[in-house]
Amino acid sequence: MQDNLANLKRGEHGIITDVSSIHIPLKLLEMGCLPGNPVQLLQVAPFADPMYLNINGTHLAIRKETAIHILIDKIAHE
Amino acid sequence: MSKQINVALIGNPNTGKTSVFNALTGLNQKVGNYPGITVEKKEGICKLPRGVKAHIIDLPGTYSLNASSLDENVVIELLLNKKDKDFPDIAVVVSDVENLKRNLLLFTQIKDLEIPTVLVINMADRMRYKGISLDIEYLEKHLQTKIALISTRKNEGINDLKQLISNYKDISIAPCINASEIDTEYFDSLRKAFPNQLIYKLWLVITQDVNFGKTDRNEIDAISSFKTKSESELKRLQQKETIKRYQFINNVLKKGQTIDASQAKDLRSKLDRVLTHKVWGYLIFFVILLTIFQAIYDWSSIPMDFIDSVFASLSEWAKTQLPKGAFTNLLAEGIIPGLGGIVIFIPQIAFLFLFISVLEESGYMSRVVFLMDRIMRRFGLSGKSIVPLISGTACAIPAIMATRNIESWKERLITILVTPFTTCSARLPVYLIIIALVIPEGRFLGLGYQALTLMLLYLIGFGTAVFSAYILNKILKIKSKSFFVVEMPNYKLPLFKNVGLTVVEKTKAFVFGAGKIILAISIVLWFLASYGPGENFNNAENIVKAEDASQNLNEEELQQKIASHKLEHSFIGLTGRAIEPAIRPLGYDWKIGIAIVSSFAAREVFVGTLATIYSVGSDEEETIKNRMAGEINPVLGGPLFNFASGISLLLFYAFAMQCMSTLAIVKKETNSWKWPTLQLVIMSAFAYIVALIAFQLLK
Repeated sequence: MQDNLANLKRGEHGIITDVSSIHIPLKLLEMGCLPGNPVQLLQVAPFADPMYLNINGTHLAIRKETAIHILIDKIAHE
Repeated sequence: MSKQINVALIGNPNTGKTSVFNALTGLNQKVGNYPGITVEKKEGICKLPRGVKAHIIDLPGTYSLNASSLDENVVIELLLNKKDKDFPDIAVVVSDVENLKRNLLLFTQIKDLEIPTVLVINMADRMRYKGISLDIEYLEKHLQTKIALISTRKNEGINDLKQLISNYKDISIAPCINASEIDTEYFDSLRKAFPNQLIYKLWLVITQDVNFGKTDRNEIDAISSFKTKSESELKRLQQKETIKRYQFINNVLKKGQTIDASQAKDLRSKLDRVLTHKVWGYLIFFVILLTIFQAIYDWSSIPMDFIDSVFASLSEWAKTQLPKGAFTNLLAEGIIPGLGGIVIFIPQIAFLFLFISVLEESGYMSRVVFLMDRIMRRFGLSGKSIVPLISGTACAIPAIMATRNIESWKERLITILVTPFTTCSARLPVYLIIIALVIPEGRFLGLGYQALTLMLLYLIGFGTAVFSAYILNKILKIKSKSFFVVEMPNYKLPLFKNVGLTVVEKTKAFVFGAGKIILAISIVLWFLASYGPGENFNNAENIVKAEDASQNLNEEELQQKIASHKLEHSFIGLTGRAIEPAIRPLGYDWKIGIAIVSSFAAREVFVGTLATIYSVGSDEEETIKNRMAGEINPVLGGPLFNFASGISLLLFYAFAMQCMSTLAIVKKETNSWKWPTLQLVIMSAFAYIVALIAFQLLK
């Protein structure tokens, strides 16, 4: 199911399908935020922002405003 | 003679690169600055087998060769400039075994620059806990490099690395991927235009962020005319390049690395569940903060008292034991107290850096940044601003240096500008003595009025910082890429060696950097207070004696009167009188005026200056306090230090920008006089207005 990363719930997994390169800093791409890579939402701060993610084995936090530009395929259940 | 080998340590942040540097060089290292910028340059010497020496440079951590900060740009500048005296004979890429995939991205980029490169896989001791096994031979073959599997924590593998470095000539310089494949046509035309240049180097020069680049311009200056692609096209190509690199890396790791997830022990998620929790996370953070403050004030009071008394007796010794003269006076009244004023802050600064470095090394700081980002953003700050705002309660100088990792220039600038509002330790002595004078001793809800006032002043400081950030955010028209990416590293037990070296380094930087300024100011102040023009100053002794002939003062009282008369007519005394009209509406007299003027060097000078002005021989607080309590307001009558003027003074010190060293560091970090000047003018004007209103309302 196609969705953007900001809508992922805590603990859920997905596969990145597309990143809108004008809105995403190169640094984030270099850290592994690329189409085809797996992503899991580990923890959120209050108001679900920022989001603490595991992208392709790298643990990082990004703001929600960045996450909406990353499209994913949600994985229903492990 | 064997040549010294130039080695560059390169790696992602949080890979233990600095631990590798420390393990290679030990205490044989020095920290300086890259010319013209405030980025730290760490270099050291390492002895290799067969008597060869290596000059090791620890480059700032970076995720790739595409710079997004001044620190990262240093790496690219060096690797692209063959003429640089530090240009590496061999690059050592340090990676973290748990994050090999991401770490290899940077590795492949450096390989493509055809620099001999070895790969260090650090934290090998953790492989077992994570169920990771590596086929080193396979990896070496396909990455075309040599690999050293090391553990700085267990001190294993360092000698293998030294061996590899000394054999740098055997390392292959074959590139990992062919970057030109991302746009063959464009790269072919590039190659035709600059046949003598390395193609990947050209590509890096073209795509460098113009904000930082001065890369090798003279060599390939013509390249600017070659920007036939728009920025977004270039970015798309960079994305393509990154994907291509990851494909290569994934293929290599598919066979070279196996991870048995069932073997992995996951301490991280257990800790994160509590430490980043919506309620517990904040609570724990709050408790940690309280503990740190408590510790900084409690633990440092003993060494601070000790230092204070040592310098006092040193000064006394100089006065009594050295031959009398201007030089002895300068030494005893200017230089020694000036030095004492620096040294006395060492315990607090050292403890503060100890705590901050433990929080950072352990990985906890990233969690705080994560927790606070949303709240700080409402005020135009970043989650990363929390670190400077916390350390600002000790001293604004290291706090401002700690803003460097804030990506957005606007958020960083705002943080730098508002940090001096937080109540630093230099304000504390001023607050304490004035509170003791003007705030009654009663209690409210079990808390003393005096303690409540102090707490209120801390809150006012923090509140003003946040509030002015909010305003600055609205009025500053700065376009800067605002993004926020913070890596959440693994939790680690801090290495004693790393923490110790950091504390020593930072404390040294404080003492010698800020110390020079404080020392210079105190010497100038001494001169201004010890010399004066005209009869009134130079003939003070006779004048006072003549005046007081009838009063039968004893010798000590007479000496005090003379000193006081001299000060009144010294250069600084005359200055105080000159500014008196300006400060009278605030409820101050010329003596407080002098204390305020000298406080612009450093706030903590206030009490000392008043002590000298009121010519109290002993520096016991009680005595100064009684003197101050006895002062009469020349215009209004009644005690000079009453509730109105006391509150006015407290507020003035809360807001005014009275610290030369902070201004100097702001100038260094913002690379412009504009911001420190604005800080000085606006903060001081604001302080003046608030103090004026407070006094006029309360008097």
